Amino acid sequence: MARTVGFFTDTTLCIGCKACEVACKEWNQLPGHAPQFGDGYDNTSQLDEQNWRHVQFHERTTAKGGVAWNMMSDVCKHCALASCMEVCPTNAIIRTEFDTVYIQPSVCNGCRDCIAACPYHVIGFDEASGLARKCTFCYDRLQANLTPACAKACPTESIKFGDLDTMREVAGARLNQLRGQGMSEARLYGDKEYGGLHALFLLTDKPEIYGLPPTESAVLPSRNNVRGYLGTLVTAALGVAGAVFAFRERGGKE
Amino acid sequence: MTNHWRDIQHADVIMINGANPAEAHPVGFQWFLKAKLDPRRGIGRGGGAKMIHIDPRFTRTSAVSDVYARIRTGTDVAFFGGLINYVLEKNLIHHEYVRNYTNASFIVKQGFGFNEGLFSGYDPAKRLYDTSTWAYEGDVPAQAAFERAQKEIVAGGHAPAGAGAGVALAKRDMHLEHPRSVFQLMRKHYSRFTPAMVASITGIPEEQFLEIAKIVGETGRPDKVMTIVYAVGLTQHTTGGQLIRSAALLQLLLGNMGRPGGGMNAERGHANIQGNTDNAISWEILPGYLRIPAPGQKNLDDYVTQSAPKKFDANSWNFFGTNYRKFMVSLLKTWYGDAATDKNEYAFDFVPKPATNSSWISIYDQALKKKMEGVILSGMTATSIGPDANQVMTALGNLKWLAVMDPLPTTSSEFWRRPGADPKAIQTEVFMVPSTHWIEKDGSFVNSGRWMQWKEAAIPPEGARHDHWVLADVFQRVKKLYAQQGGKFPTPLMAMTLNYKDPAKPELDELCQEINGFDLTTGKRLDSFGKLKDDGTTTAGDWIYTGSYPEAGNLSKRRAGIQDPKKNDPTGMGFYHGWAWSWPLNRRVMYNRASADLKGKPWDPSRPGIEWDMTDKKWKGDVPDYPPTMDPKDPKAWGPFIMNGEGVGRLFSSSMLDGPFPEHYEPVESPVENPLHPKQSESPVVFLYDKQGGRENRFGTAKDYPYIATSYRLTEHEHYVTQHVPALVGLQPKPFVEIPEEVAKERGIKTGDRVRVSSKRGKLEVLAVVTKRLGGLEVNGKTVYHIGIPIHWGYVGIAADRDPTKGANWLANALTPFVGDANSRTPEFKAFLVNIEKIG
Repeated sequence: MARTVGFFTDTTLCIGCKACEVACKEWNQLPGHAPQFGDGYDNTSQLDEQNWRHVQFHERTTAKGGVAWNMMSDVCKHCALASCMEVCPTNAIIRTEFDTVYIQPSVCNGCRDCIAACPYHVIGFDEASGLARKCTFCYDRLQANLTPACAKACPTESIKFGDLDTMREVAGARLNQLRGQGMSEARLYGDKEYGGLHALFLLTDKPEIYGLPPTESAVLPSRNNVRGYLGTLVTAALGVAGAVFAFRERGGKE
Repeated sequence: MTNHWRDIQHADVIMINGANPAEAHPVGFQWFLKAKLDPRRGIGRGGGAKMIHIDPRFTRTSAVSDVYARIRTGTDVAFFGGLINYVLEKNLIHHEYVRNYTNASFIVKQGFGFNEGLFSGYDPAKRLYDTSTWAYEGDVPAQAAFERAQKEIVAGGHAPAGAGAGVALAKRDMHLEHPRSVFQLMRKHYSRFTPAMVASITGIPEEQFLEIAKIVGETGRPDKVMTIVYAVGLTQHTTGGQLIRSAALLQLLLGNMGRPGGGMNAERGHANIQGNTDNAISWEILPGYLRIPAPGQKNLDDYVTQSAPKKFDANSWNFFGTNYRKFMVSLLKTWYGDAATDKNEYAFDFVPKPATNSSWISIYDQALKKKMEGVILSGMTATSIGPDANQVMTALGNLKWLAVMDPLPTTSSEFWRRPGADPKAIQTEVFMVPSTHWIEKDGSFVNSGRWMQWKEAAIPPEGARHDHWVLADVFQRVKKLYAQQGGKFPTPLMAMTLNYKDPAKPELDELCQEINGFDLTTGKRLDSFGKLKDDGTTTAGDWIYTGSYPEAGNLSKRRAGIQDPKKNDPTGMGFYHGWAWSWPLNRRVMYNRASADLKGKPWDPSRPGIEWDMTDKKWKGDVPDYPPTMDPKDPKAWGPFIMNGEGVGRLFSSSMLDGPFPEHYEPVESPVENPLHPKQSESPVVFLYDKQGGRENRFGTAKDYPYIATSYRLTEHEHYVTQHVPALVGLQPKPFVEIPEEVAKERGIKTGDRVRVSSKRGKLEVLAVVTKRLGGLEVNGKTVYHIGIPIHWGYVGIAADRDPTKGANWLANALTPFVGDANSRTPEFKAFLVNIEKIG
């Protein structure tokens, strides 16, 4: 059963239908927050304890003066070098047999260190249970050899699921195709960041547009990352470092 | 759809007009993206299909399209007219197809003309055309020869060809040079639609129009194909029928009809709206698109002569016209059983012959005139649907009773106690009849691609009855009252045949069998409408569904799909004939004879529809829309469009009320004059309900209402019913309107502000979303803007319950005009005038 799985989200195929959000909530029995108007199209606003998938909408003017509307279904990245795991004091956050990052509810003590540490603002605190919660990569479905709910529901195959190596190949081929069509802004995100993400994204603009830290700063200053360690000479508590990253990232958000 | 969802993957160019498939049909949209990702598709050397989105709004569909052009709403005739002119002038049309498969060669009778926005035959008093000048010139010698031959056939004891429908053979010029040939008339008509004129009407800049025209023009090549996808963005205009027809004309000129990857593809707005239409939800048709009988028709002969297409060409099978009587008699036998005999014209007298229009708006027009006692609503809420919701609510308040069959409260069931209303002042007695949701019953859905797909009940019903049981019960009770008390002309009601196990609780399976029809001599279900007869020995509740439920069983239940593509899709073209069933006769692409050339070879062998197999002497591939063994080389072989009297596709047609060629007319509420003919700005034949009814004018002008508005759906909701679904209310929790940045700046409006949008008819008080996606357009020397109005909210549901206003002034259709298409009377929901201001 053990395998290394991954998502590949091709934003050029995302139509912002939010089927992933609904499927995720239905399968994982997340009631969601009270309805709240955001900006008309994005009323989910962020990833947190209730929203494990979040479709982002970014409206902007193109270089040619036209309009572009970039959509991306965001999710926990299940980082190879996961900040949340690094800071968790109770070892509640583990790496599963699928190489995904999973918060064990029975071990989590609700200290919220992981929430501060996550550079992607994925985790939220669930007041009802007193636990930190985030995408489980549909751990229960993986154990039953099923595709995660979001990828299963995606009508356009914008969210793809499979072995991480396969996802890398598919992503690389799609990138080449788009570059071949002259889309020079197309790029892959997740190959290098935090030791390699288990959720790869094909973007048509800079990562910052989507609220993602740029590749060069997406490194973990930890004992697991020698370059990061030497480069920044971080000796302070990892939780603090995580918070610093979090602030830097927020500053870069639109 | 002439084609089907899966077929869109075969297109080289996907032209989307007045539709937003990424939002309205996200699942079907996968096929659009498959075409885009397929390197074999596309123009030139391929590299992926080109997706072109033409819409007033930049939507989630535009976001993934290759080309987006902002168009002023309701001006698509000018856009397509410009493309028609372009492909004609640049000689990019598919010549062999146009010559042989369209009526381009037909000669139009002397006297036809078009001047200052009016076609010949206009009667300004009646606001109607006499269409007799929109006819073909008869081919006198051919007609005489044909009639002589017919006499010999009849003398020999055989039935005449074109029986009942009539024969009027037309003159043709196969060189397409005759000045009164359809081709030359068409060329002249559309020569006015120059790129500059297109720009001045639609707002699409000339340069961008030419960029699009170049892509479109490439699909006139036999090895390229374009699909045109549309929805109610084309339909819901006073010129709706002609907007769609103009696109169809372009497809015929480019040779894209009947071909895989081509066609005219209407996306339907509900899971079963196609099934509804096929089974006569529109007042002007009977099931299977047979026309409703008209006053003065005394017998079946009158009816068939006036309703069925005539045979206009010796090579036209005129299948519909020829068999019209059989379909009608089989329908009458279904309804009236033993009471329908050859002695009484098969009970033709029992069918109502309405003297007045009974379309959607007309219903409420009648109620406004207090000529209506009661209304039963099933599966929809009139109040939200509109148009002119305030006027509709006035109309409902004029009724004695209103029955609402729905699983959940609706804006119609609650209209008498809506926010701001005084229930004491509304005397209408409202009955809420709890009905089952489709999840609680079995039955079929017919999708946009004409596939009839069966489903089972997912959960048992609780405290509710099926709509069809309610209606059946009401019918039994009414019948009983007639039996007890008598009444005017009770015979049709008493004679109505209900051969169900329990006539008060018919099963949908029984209805499907009835719709399919029987051979009454054997009692067996029929497997083809080809076997229907006009002698009273067959039944068919809807002839186009005959063959869906043969003796072999209910074919809509079949599921031979992608689990084994080799076996289930041997051609690799995605027909999957063993998946469910599609009308007619399980054909997946309509008019598919036109996918092959005169000899029967596919225009594009890599994407065959059907192909003549010379060895086996039969057509192969899809189920042929043609006699399966008719040799194309036979000089008597039928033309490819077997349903038309011409046997070919119609570029010119006398069957529309508002013109044989589509012409651009402004919406009834427009900020500009028609640059083509300012004296005749809007459609001359549009029916003006308020004016004719002697009521106050309810149309506004640009002086008071300077912005164009258009209404639409969002992907997160399904019309109004999902206001009861928490997960979807979470995704779209509040009503809003979309406002272009320029207008917002001028009016000091920011996203999240409360705004009031008003038209001559009503107001909407909701939140503002300011966006770059709606921009200005330069039309006829003026800058105009669109305001976008999503339709999903009202005073019923989770969002309204949570709001302090309780959803007062949340009905989008409070704004829309009480006017519709000249032919179908479909309301003009997509183009009207409004003003906007910030509240407080």
